[in-house]
Parts: sequence; C-alpha cells; structure tokens
Amino acid sequence: MSGPEAVGVAVETRGLRKEFGKLVAVHGLDLTIHRGEVFGLLGPNGSGKTTTIRMLCGLLQPTSGDATVVGFNVRTQSEEIRKNIGYMSQRFGLYDDLTVRENLKFYSSIYGVRGPTAASRWEEQLTDFKLQERADQMAGTLSGGWKQRLALACATAHRPQMLFLDEPTAGVDPAARRLFWQIIYTMARSGTTILVTTHYMDEADRCERLAFMSRGKLLGVGTGAEIMKQFDQPSVEDVFIELQRRDEGASV
Amino acid sequence: MTFLAKLRSSSLGPMLWKEFLQMRRDRFVLAMLMGIPALQLLLFGFAVRTEVRHLPTVVLDQANTSESRALVQMLVNTQNFDVIARVHGRDDMEKHLADNSALAAVVIAPDFTRNLKRGRPGTAQVIVDGSDPLTASAAISGASLAARAGASRFSDGVSPPPAIDIRVRPRNNPGLKSQVFVVPGLVAILLTLTMVAITAMSIVREREKGTLEQLIVTPIGKIDVILGKILPFVGVGYVQMTVVLLLGHLVFHVPLRGSILLLYVITFAFIVSVLGMGLLISTLVKTQTQAMQLSIFLLLPSILLSGFMFPRAAMPRVVELIGYLLPVTYYLEILRGILLKGVGIADLWRETVALSAFGLVLVLVSVKRFAKTLE
Repeated sequence: MSGPEAVGVAVETRGLRKEFGKLVAVHGLDLTIHRGEVFGLLGPNGSGKTTTIRMLCGLLQPTSGDATVVGFNVRTQSEEIRKNIGYMSQRFGLYDDLTVRENLKFYSSIYGVRGPTAASRWEEQLTDFKLQERADQMAGTLSGGWKQRLALACATAHRPQMLFLDEPTAGVDPAARRLFWQIIYTMARSGTTILVTTHYMDEADRCERLAFMSRGKLLGVGTGAEIMKQFDQPSVEDVFIELQRRDEGASV
Repeated sequence: MTFLAKLRSSSLGPMLWKEFLQMRRDRFVLAMLMGIPALQLLLFGFAVRTEVRHLPTVVLDQANTSESRALVQMLVNTQNFDVIARVHGRDDMEKHLADNSALAAVVIAPDFTRNLKRGRPGTAQVIVDGSDPLTASAAISGASLAARAGASRFSDGVSPPPAIDIRVRPRNNPGLKSQVFVVPGLVAILLTLTMVAITAMSIVREREKGTLEQLIVTPIGKIDVILGKILPFVGVGYVQMTVVLLLGHLVFHVPLRGSILLLYVITFAFIVSVLGMGLLISTLVKTQTQAMQLSIFLLLPSILLSGFMFPRAAMPRVVELIGYLLPVTYYLEILRGILLKGVGIADLWRETVALSAFGLVLVLVSVKRFAKTLE
C-alpha cells in the first residue's frame, strides 16, 4: 500500500451529499479520518449516519461531492473498497442455521480467504475472537455477545484496512461489550481504521475522535474534550441531548 | 482475466455450499422434496370429476349422406361436441388429435346409410383422447344420447327402429383412470408451488435477517448471489419431478410413453419460469408471510385455470384466455403429450416456444428487479 498509507488518511470526503427525492439526507460533508484511528460518528436517529456509511462503503452513489476510502474513490472503485473494508451492523447478518465455523467459512471465503491457507486462518480467527468452544454451535442459538463477536470475526477474517461498525453493540451485555472493545482496540493498534456509529455514551468515550451529525449536517469534529468545549456542555452525553433537543425544537 | 481465474475468484462456490447446507438443515425443504409429492399424489389421485362439454371435434364423414350429416348434427346437439373441422382422411384427423386442436373425432363408415336402409345397424365411431377421463366420459355420454336420438329419427315408424351403433374408443388411457391424467399434471403444480414459494421465501428470509445487507457489502457479485439462490432450486425441482413420476408410474401405472429426456430438457424452461416468478415475488414483498400469501394467490389459478383440474375446452372463452397467461398451461400440455400420448417436439413446439419465452421474460424482469434491491 503506497499512496494512502503514506499520507495516513483512511477516509476523506469533500462536499459529500445525498438526496432522496426532496429529502436531503446528507448535506455536503467534509470529513477526514486518519489511519488506525477509532472514530465515532454520533447523532440522533435520522441524522444521516447510516447514509454516510453506506456512501463510504460504496453502496450508495453520492448525489454530489466526492470521497475516498482507504485510497479508493467511492464513485469509481466501489468494488476495490468492498474488498478492503469490513462491515458489521446491529443486525449482525449471520445465518442462524449455520454453525459458528460455517458462518466464518462462508463470509471469509466470499472475501477471498480460500485455498490451502484458509483453514488455519479460520482457526486463528476463532481463537482470536474466543469463539472456539462454540465453533460447532448453530449461530441462531448464540446469545447477543457471542453473535456480536462472530459477526465481527466474519467481517474481519480477510484483515480489512478499515472497519465500519453501525451500532454494533445493541442488545449486548456489558461484559460482552468490554470484550468486544478490547478486540477493537487490538485491531486499531495493528493499523486498522475503525468508524463506529453509536448511541451509547460510554462507547463514544472510547473513541479517539468524534463527529456529531444532526439533520444531515456535521456540527462538530474533535476529541471528546474538544466537543464538550465547543458546545459548552459538561459531558458528551449532554452534547448529544442538547443536539437532540435542538433537532426536535426545529421540527415542531 | 481468463475464464478459469474468474471462476476461481468467483463467490458462486461458497454461495452454493452455503445454500446446500441450509437446505439440508431445513426440514420444510426436505418435506417439500419427498413428503408433499407423495401426499399430493394421494390427494389428487382421486380427483374431483366435473361435467365437460363442447369438446373440439373433427368429423371424418365417409358416407356423406343426409343421414350421416343428421347424425353429426345430433352429436352436436348434445352440446358435448363442437365440430371445428371436417376432414377427408385419417391422416388429417390424426394430425388434429396429435396437436390437441381436436380432443375428439367422429368417424362415420362409408356404408352407414346403406346399412341403415337394409335394417342393419349404422356404425360410427367416436375417437377420444382418454388421457383425460373427463373428456372421455363426456364423449361417451354424448355418443349414447346421439345414438338414441338417431334411432328414433331414422325410424320409419313401421319396422323396428334401426340401431345406431356409436362406439367410443378412448385412446392413450383405455381404462379411463383419472390418476393417469392427474399425475403428470401434478408435476407442474408441485413445481409451481415449490419453486415460487420456496425461492421467494428463502430470499425474503435473507432480507428479514439482515444477511442480504451483509452480503451486499462484501465483494460478492450480484450474479453470484442470484445464481447461488436459484441454482439449488433447479436441482430441487428435478428431484421433485422425478419423485412424482416414479411414484406415479409405480403406484398408479402412469405410462411414460414419450422421450423422458425431451421432457427433462423442456422442464428446464418451466423451472426457470417459476423460479423467475418466485424471484419477482421476493422483490414485491417485505415479509415471508406476504411471500407465502402471494405464492398461494398465484397457485390457485395455476390449479384451476391451467387445465390441471378442469379441461380448458369446457371453460368460458375469457377464462380460457387467462389460462394462456400461465406458463403452467403450456407445461401441462407438454407433460401429458410426452408421457401419455408419446408425442415428440414436432407436436409440442408451440408450447415449448411459449414456455421458453415466458421463462426468458420472467427471468430477465425478475433478475433486473432483484439486482436493484441489492443496491
């Protein structure tokens, strides 16, 4: 990886905009995310977080503006982007009637983890994500925390450069959430860029930098402390509530 | 990229592996494969009988006298026969029967009037396609009615009335067993039910569970997703068909007269058509329940209007025309033609062309719509 790695930029958007008919879901977004960063995208429901992620993954064509993800253009190189990122949503997207190992095998082979070396990679991934003891259990019978780790294992077996997590911890108990974040930090330390959207403030606190979105607009970017200062609030949570209040005020 | 390299990097392999694993674990699919064909065979093996009228009929009048023409008129008066053509030779008659433009033929012997005048029975023959027992029984009752009417008509009132002897010869299914007629049709109905419902539900289930969304963000190609979802069901369809035909042959002695290979080849066009319908339904609904309801909505006309249960010849014109909009209508003709009559592609090419056209259009439209939902 030459270019992007050198500049240390994982995501760069310029005037990224998406309209659905008359509704403007994302107003010209300018955002830079550094390599190896754990970046949090926060905002109330309908603020444009998911639309942004979908554009960055190459799933939605922007109406105007441009963006690069791990060095590839979202308009012209969406296939390259998909090969080099991992994506996990709150729905996990697992096959309930396949076992843990089979889910992992299926998703990673779609990402090109195949051939003679694949089997050892699968076992390594099962170990890393502490899934081994349940490897032959049907995914549908797992509890939330296990499902979450399996979904993450499936999305990362191909060692993506960047990982998109769309509200990844909904319905997961605190212990499982802690384990999940330990894995996330390990990945970030080894150079994986993480973009996570969340409603949980303790998770927002775990991010190195945050961006607040509301009604499709980016209201602030920075560390937690910077954000609190910008909005003059005692905590990130208060910033969030304040934004939501402004949102609702505007819509009445 | 060479073709081989492309194939190796394609995700179709993993996709098929996953589909077969899921299928093996899904008891419903297994039941669909074996249990439901057997159950349906038993149910429909004793099908409901209905009255049939207006059989399209050709007349081969070798006597060509006023009496023979009167006899034909009497057959028409029973309303069980509609004369669509008068033919002048056996070959011509056979052609009409083979391509199903006529379901019955009336043959009047050259000496019909002469025999009558000499006080001997005048003989005529009604040849009917016995592969449909309903059609055949309609022909029998019509013929005996006409024979009675003829006897009194040609009587001079003095000597005992002359006998009119109309013999009905059911072809293809001399015993007039309804199972023989129903079982081949069951292949068409079962394929419709399974292919449409299971395909639609298996895709909608992936959408409900969020796995389709997960698939879309992977580098897997749309074509691989679509083929991976569709191909296993082609196999399921052929297994089902084989189960029904084997059971039908062994239990109900349904004949396998024509080329089975030809049947399996043409069946591909039908399977593609119904898979296309299933795919189309999956793009129209949101939940598995809706998918099931829409499938059943589609299944009903397939059973009632296609000629599976009620001969289409007996239907009002409008209803008969609706039947032409269903791929299953053509496939039924093909199944019965090949299995019961033993005819080949020469007599079935129209149905085959129609079926292939349906398959092509349905698959193109549904794949296009489905690909859109993947975006």
